[in-house]
Amino acid sequence: MAMTDALHTHHMHLNMGPSHPTMHGTLRVLLTLDGERIVGAEPEIGYLHRCFEKESEDHTYTQVIPYTDRLNYVSPLLNNVGYCMAVEKLLGITVPPRAQYIRVIISELSRIMDHLVCIATNVVDLGALTNYWYFFNVRELMYVWVEALTGARLTNTYTRIGGVARDLPEGFAKGVRGALLEMRKAVKDVMGLLRKNRIFLDRTRDVGVISREDAIAYGFTGPCLRASGEPYDVRKAHPYLCYDELQFDIPIGEVGDSFDRIMVRIEEIDQSERLIHQALDKIPDGPIINPAGRSALPPKHEVYNSIEGLIRHFELIMFGVKPPVGEVYSYTEAANGELGFYLVSNGTGKPYRLKVRPPCFALFQAYPHLIKGSLIADAIAVLGNLNIVAGELDR
Amino acid sequence: MGIQNTLQEGFFTTRLEHVLAWGRKYSLWPMPFGTACCAIEFMGVVSSRFDISRFGAELVRFSPRQADLMLVMGTITYKMAPILKRVWDQMCEPKWCIAMGACASSGGFYDNYSTLQGIDEIIPVDVYIPGCPPRPEQIIHALVKLQEKICGTGQSFPVAPPLVAASGVVKKGNAA
Amino acid sequence: MSQAILEQLRARFGEAIIETHNFRGDETAIVRREQIVPLCQWLKATPGIECNMLIDLCGVDYSERAERFEVVYHLYSTTQKHRVRVKVRLAGEAPQVDSVVAVWPAANWFEREAFDLFGITFVGHPHLKRLLTFDEFEGHPLRKDYPVNRRPKIPTPDPLM
Repeated sequence: MAMTDALHTHHMHLNMGPSHPTMHGTLRVLLTLDGERIVGAEPEIGYLHRCFEKESEDHTYTQVIPYTDRLNYVSPLLNNVGYCMAVEKLLGITVPPRAQYIRVIISELSRIMDHLVCIATNVVDLGALTNYWYFFNVRELMYVWVEALTGARLTNTYTRIGGVARDLPEGFAKGVRGALLEMRKAVKDVMGLLRKNRIFLDRTRDVGVISREDAIAYGFTGPCLRASGEPYDVRKAHPYLCYDELQFDIPIGEVGDSFDRIMVRIEEIDQSERLIHQALDKIPDGPIINPAGRSALPPKHEVYNSIEGLIRHFELIMFGVKPPVGEVYSYTEAANGELGFYLVSNGTGKPYRLKVRPPCFALFQAYPHLIKGSLIADAIAVLGNLNIVAGELDR
Repeated sequence: MGIQNTLQEGFFTTRLEHVLAWGRKYSLWPMPFGTACCAIEFMGVVSSRFDISRFGAELVRFSPRQADLMLVMGTITYKMAPILKRVWDQMCEPKWCIAMGACASSGGFYDNYSTLQGIDEIIPVDVYIPGCPPRPEQIIHALVKLQEKICGTGQSFPVAPPLVAASGVVKKGNAA
Repeated sequence: MSQAILEQLRARFGEAIIETHNFRGDETAIVRREQIVPLCQWLKATPGIECNMLIDLCGVDYSERAERFEVVYHLYSTTQKHRVRVKVRLAGEAPQVDSVVAVWPAANWFEREAFDLFGITFVGHPHLKRLLTFDEFEGHPLRKDYPVNRRPKIPTPDPLM
């Protein structure tokens, strides 16, 4: 006893981030350490606060779409879909079946790409660089088709209020299926390297454990909640778009540790692939945007040849759509969990208030709870598989 | 002329700063100060398809003490600004800075209370890359441009003449 | 489904429920400020309602109204799979409402964010300080009277940095 008293030292404070290789951009954590053990952590956020909510109050509903790209910039298409669905709910309009299928395809493609980046960077933090090359190669293959469809690699701004911007390009289905085939190989390669890898298992098993009750109390959603054993997925619990017409399962974990979070993501990649194949098979013909909500730009030939078309075009560009007075909360399953948009309209062409419910926000909030009592190295291993994206965390 | 006669074959003479610049331009050690979307595209550049190592700049260092090229990728907010300045000050001379993307160059389409309107308000920038985010090819292009600039650090280094096509017409875009 | 919650709420809390409405399938109850914590506890604990998850909490500024601020709670039940929205209206330049961190730990950062951006004080919050902006920041940027492009000074970094 006397010995431990004599050796007693003060706790050390360690600042990690915001410029730190494992802090994924702009996160910052102040750690209190007892030797290598973490006794306390205080995350500090806001280093990428770009005022999405204030900016959107100053833009028309359509002009907000490009801003949503930059919320979760790892999977922008999912944000596009989520935001447009919120405006559509406010307007009370539906999306044509073909546009719904296209939205499902791009959502799932985006989800796969998000999970690939998450797993790739997480294992880089653990010291395994090879997997990163494997995953980024296939990500580039998918980019080819995302780019062919949307015109951009990352910031797509592809959906429109009432539908999507343009139809699928020629050869899209074949190309995407080819890319998915390559993706399958890459996942197999990576799993071959990881699944029985002693270092990987030691560093992720029983690390950063969160129980089902705690995860719910902290507002976890998405893969991190499912890794703790709660099968909540918006796509199943409250089907939107055409998810109820497609077959897929919800993978869940048991322990709620880092390993489960990574494995749930791997399984979700499989399920997303299943969804894309089904959607490509079943996609119907028809219009890709609903003109009923008076939110879609009129076709070019009408703009050039009729005064009504020209005025309509002009009106939309100048004043935007004008939803009725009211408020809605619309939610979709983004790559990290439930992405919600709380939208208040006062009847003008601009949102009165737009609040994003970013899935990361709740996840990062529980970070001190997850790492308390573990080692510094574990803090890094845990952060990667929570998949915190600063863009949507800080908005 | 005198020294070349003495040394004869197998030697060539140059100025010290030319040799240094030549060495430096092919061994840039970037410090990625990635904050937002552009950093995701940078991850694409360092990965195998675009492979920035072909240009000698793949050795990404997260310690400013070990790097001589700072790549600022993404929006810099007022909260982040002092940190960026601190990291830049910690880098040893000679050092260069690339502002990648619209946000780092000018604030991009974020014109509000929180975002800095371009990092050149606080640190010097050598190359600006437009785009939101720029394509990987643009980043490589910026790197090549920076290498040209590094070569030009010597005071009397000859400036490359404008490219002249076979017909004798100066090619568009290269005319000084 | 959620309509039943509103009826139960009205039966249980009576006067404390100022107004309820349903727009596009979102059930909303506007409640008195004083009753928010007991009401949230009741929503969480009552069998059949079990709103065990606080999905979102945010502030809204209706600058032209007498009761200028609103705090909006979005609740979800993972067992019953239903949602309900609860709102509190607050008056004055320094609005105050009781914190719900004791009910849902998730409220912690959401309340800090609302404090930061709207200046709403959550009484009983364990650690109420600015979240997204920095300590030296002046004003509350999401209030309607805050201009979108007012530039602050570059802050001084804290000593640990």
